[in-house]
Amino acid sequence: MAECHPVGFQWVMEAKARGATVIHIDPRFTRTSAVADRYVPIRAGADIAFLGGVINHVLNSETYFKEYVLAYTNASTILTEDYADTEDLDGVFSGLNREDRFYDFDTWRYQGGDVRPASGDRSDPDERPHVRGRVRQASRGEAHGSGGAAASAWPETDDTLQHPRCVFQVLKRHFARYTPEVVEQICGVSQEQFAEVCRLLTENSGRDRTTAFVYSLGWTQHTTGVQCIRTAAILQLLLGNIGRPGGGIMALRGHASIQGSTDIPTLFDLLPGYLPMPHAWGNEDLDTYVRAETVQKGFWANTRSYMVSLLKAWWGDAATAENDFCYDYLPRLTGSHSTYETVLAQLDGTCKGYFLYGQNPAVGSANARMQRLGMANLDWLVVRDMVMIESATWWKDGPEIQTGEQRTEEIGTEVFFLPAAAHTEKSGSFTNTQRMLQWHHEAVEPAGDARSDLWFTYHLGRRIREKLASSVDDVDRPVLDLTWEYPLRGSLDEPDAEAVLAEINGWDAEQHPLSAYTQLTDDGSTACGCWIYCGVHADGVNQAARRKPGQQQSWVAPEWGWAWPANRRVLYNRASADPDGKPWSERKALIWWDEEKGRWVGHDVPDFIADRPPFFRPSEGATGPAAISGVDPFIMQADGKGWLFAPAGLVDGPLPTHYEPQESPFPNLLYGQQHNPVRQLLRHPENRYQPSGDQPGADVFPYVTTTYRLTEHHTGGGMSRFLPYLAELQPAFFCEVSPQLATERGLEHLGWATVVTARSAIEARVLVTERIRPLEVQGRTLHQVGLPWHWGPNGYTTGDAFNELAHLALEPNVHIQEVKAMACDIRPGRRPRGPALRELVRRYQERAGITDETGTEV
Amino acid sequence: MISMDTRRWIESWPVFRQVAEHDPFGLGAAVKSRRTDQLEPRVRRADEVVKSVCPYCAVGCGQQVYVEAGRVTQIEGDPDSPVSRGRLCPKGSASLQLTTGDAREYRVRYRRPFGTEWEDLDLDTAMDMIADRVISARSTGWQSHFDGVRTRRTLALASLGGATLDNEENYLMKKLFTALGAIQIENQARL
Repeated sequence: MAECHPVGFQWVMEAKARGATVIHIDPRFTRTSAVADRYVPIRAGADIAFLGGVINHVLNSETYFKEYVLAYTNASTILTEDYADTEDLDGVFSGLNREDRFYDFDTWRYQGGDVRPASGDRSDPDERPHVRGRVRQASRGEAHGSGGAAASAWPETDDTLQHPRCVFQVLKRHFARYTPEVVEQICGVSQEQFAEVCRLLTENSGRDRTTAFVYSLGWTQHTTGVQCIRTAAILQLLLGNIGRPGGGIMALRGHASIQGSTDIPTLFDLLPGYLPMPHAWGNEDLDTYVRAETVQKGFWANTRSYMVSLLKAWWGDAATAENDFCYDYLPRLTGSHSTYETVLAQLDGTCKGYFLYGQNPAVGSANARMQRLGMANLDWLVVRDMVMIESATWWKDGPEIQTGEQRTEEIGTEVFFLPAAAHTEKSGSFTNTQRMLQWHHEAVEPAGDARSDLWFTYHLGRRIREKLASSVDDVDRPVLDLTWEYPLRGSLDEPDAEAVLAEINGWDAEQHPLSAYTQLTDDGSTACGCWIYCGVHADGVNQAARRKPGQQQSWVAPEWGWAWPANRRVLYNRASADPDGKPWSERKALIWWDEEKGRWVGHDVPDFIADRPPFFRPSEGATGPAAISGVDPFIMQADGKGWLFAPAGLVDGPLPTHYEPQESPFPNLLYGQQHNPVRQLLRHPENRYQPSGDQPGADVFPYVTTTYRLTEHHTGGGMSRFLPYLAELQPAFFCEVSPQLATERGLEHLGWATVVTARSAIEARVLVTERIRPLEVQGRTLHQVGLPWHWGPNGYTTGDAFNELAHLALEPNVHIQEVKAMACDIRPGRRPRGPALRELVRRYQERAGITDETGTEV
Repeated sequence: MISMDTRRWIESWPVFRQVAEHDPFGLGAAVKSRRTDQLEPRVRRADEVVKSVCPYCAVGCGQQVYVEAGRVTQIEGDPDSPVSRGRLCPKGSASLQLTTGDAREYRVRYRRPFGTEWEDLDLDTAMDMIADRVISARSTGWQSHFDGVRTRRTLALASLGGATLDNEENYLMKKLFTALGAIQIENQARL
């Protein structure tokens, strides 16, 4: 955190100054480790084993927060008899279809009530396995990023937590084998150090104290990424650290509006506000969509209002009740269409035109070589950026030109480079990592041909609509009926960004701005471009532009910017009070029930129905928000509870399980199952996988490589390698290795090393440092190789891109690549030039016996 | 009697000033040179200070953008921000170079199929050519049904990026591409 989010880290240091203990768990010793109270080096790819060990400790030592767990989690919920755990099936759950590589979730259910599957796993309308597999691939788990997927609202429970099939007992059984000995063997963390972390965590959790977890891509970029966060969520729920001040699990994100571009998604599987993109199977019309995506209880029960209001925002008067509000105008998914499938579609010629908006896949995306080969097979490419990034210039001087595989005059891709405006040259809002929208104002107009992406998108749409204006083809109706009138400003005809924000916020039938998503209706009288952002333009005021100085506000600072939803700063903060509505302790008070006022009050905006008393209990059969009881803090969940066991929403298991990375020098010590059985594999000659564990050839790649960021650079380097200041501060691509590994492989400090995988080989300057420590794993010494990922051939500081090494084996819920833990070899000296580079890689593949089948077992 | 000139001369001695001005170690005003005295912050002459947000990571540090004669002359941390309290990291501190540095491109560049060099192209022409290509690719890749079910989409168009852009920009992108039937719309969410 001190490396990558240094200004945010000031608050960790404030907490430390006030007595907090800071623990840093990371394969690499960083600026964070340097100021932490404890530093725990760990093997990359072993986090679930570590956190699972802590869960096991918490359950065995009975140090969980009993009242919180009983009242606010699904610990007492009873599962059906059909559920079989990894304990029963040697590392997989019931429902695994090995042939088509997906899970049927029918057995991961609560007993009693309506057990119809809902959101995340909803609707298997088609019985054919390959179709069901395709529905899984469309990220049905990812939809609902603003809350949970559905499950039955009225399940059977056992408040004594003794029922053998209650979640609490299932959890105990599931994690029983995650012992300190196992943690030591898998993670390379000593039992003493592990015990100390357990002690510090449990001592600092409870009524008077809370513990926060902070993570970033170190947890997510794995074939088990989502389950890693789930493990932390289970632990934090057990310790009572969710919805409370100083608690939580904080995702630190790396782009200014990465949160915003997920909320208002430039993502294939989502519509604004985490409404799922319609799927071809099961979402044929508005009614089937709503039936499939709606849950019984909580605020997702109003899905129809959110969807109809979105359709009204997009298609205005054309959207009527008679035509399903133009629902049929939406394109449908039939599987995963993530950025990596798009590359395959480019390689096979299906995808012909490609827009890049400030992203640089030629060096920044996994398997960079495949990214470039895909672009070389396009008809046309539009690159919008501020500088000449590698994704704009690969046809002239890219690595494939260097190896002689491609010749510029034989590449048919037409390339348009359009200069983009900087943040100082346009107005608009970023949503930061805390879900807070902050407006930035245009300081000057962009010079030359530089334009904002708002300008580009608006005027492109305007031109397309003009060209199609006379069309009578039904296919063109969605484009022609689109609401596309925005006021234009200044000498460049810049669309008014605040008018776009006003549409995102929404309005009623009289065009008055809405102030809360609870006002949305399903009759077409409200329009709203993103229901979770409703309120950001309440009263016609740009709430995101509020800048009352922090010094003049409470510590919550509610009048700086605007956080979704409803300006709530701590989600699920009903859990900061006990079941009776009183703070768990004065020290940790955030919101509480005020008996006199008959309302929830406190420092933050209550994330709860404001006047619903703690003692309220809904009548059986109540639906929607009316079904939320006074002790259901998790108002977006179908049962109102925090999920220790996830009966829906995840495609790879209701509980986290340790699997080895796609490429690992070690067998899975815990189960016969080596890998995540439903990880997504993309078979392609340019994407060969390596053997793992005990398989023959695995010893050709004996080390683990992991990638990370540096304070002085940003992501793929497009916003840092081109700046002289930053280039000078971190002037060269390097690899970090321990003195022991340097000796073992003859690597010289400041000399060159070549790192090899089955995809490619790259060279880096050698940094011999004790920051990377050898670990004892499964009875032998493991060396790890650290590689920052910011480099590429262009800019003031140049170097090979880490992503040349990376494979595409993806996490099955969100399709994230596993770049945090791969197996590699390292050798002294520079990499070969020209055709010899590919020859080296081919020889490695041959030595390891790699075929198109390697690494693809279930 | 000491003349005024001599007196001024003596009084300008640093050692004299160190004593007279209670700065015995010569660390303050006593040793300030005329040049130092006349230095002023480069932001003093700014015509305008515009409130902004750092464009790098998602912490969302506050920035103040100083504008002089229609040009951005400095970018500093915003002390009012309860997020950052005026601080910026090395990247945020380099924002002026990001936004006004030499590496920025201000002209459309065009590479024709099989071309070996960049060519000039008028922005208006480029926009028109891109609109034509979108319409054509959309139509080539149109798929009304797949495996017997209605899909109403095109597979020939894709877009990547959005996490460095504004919410409003992402909104218009998703709206336009979805209306065009494009589904391969992605950003940096996995990076």
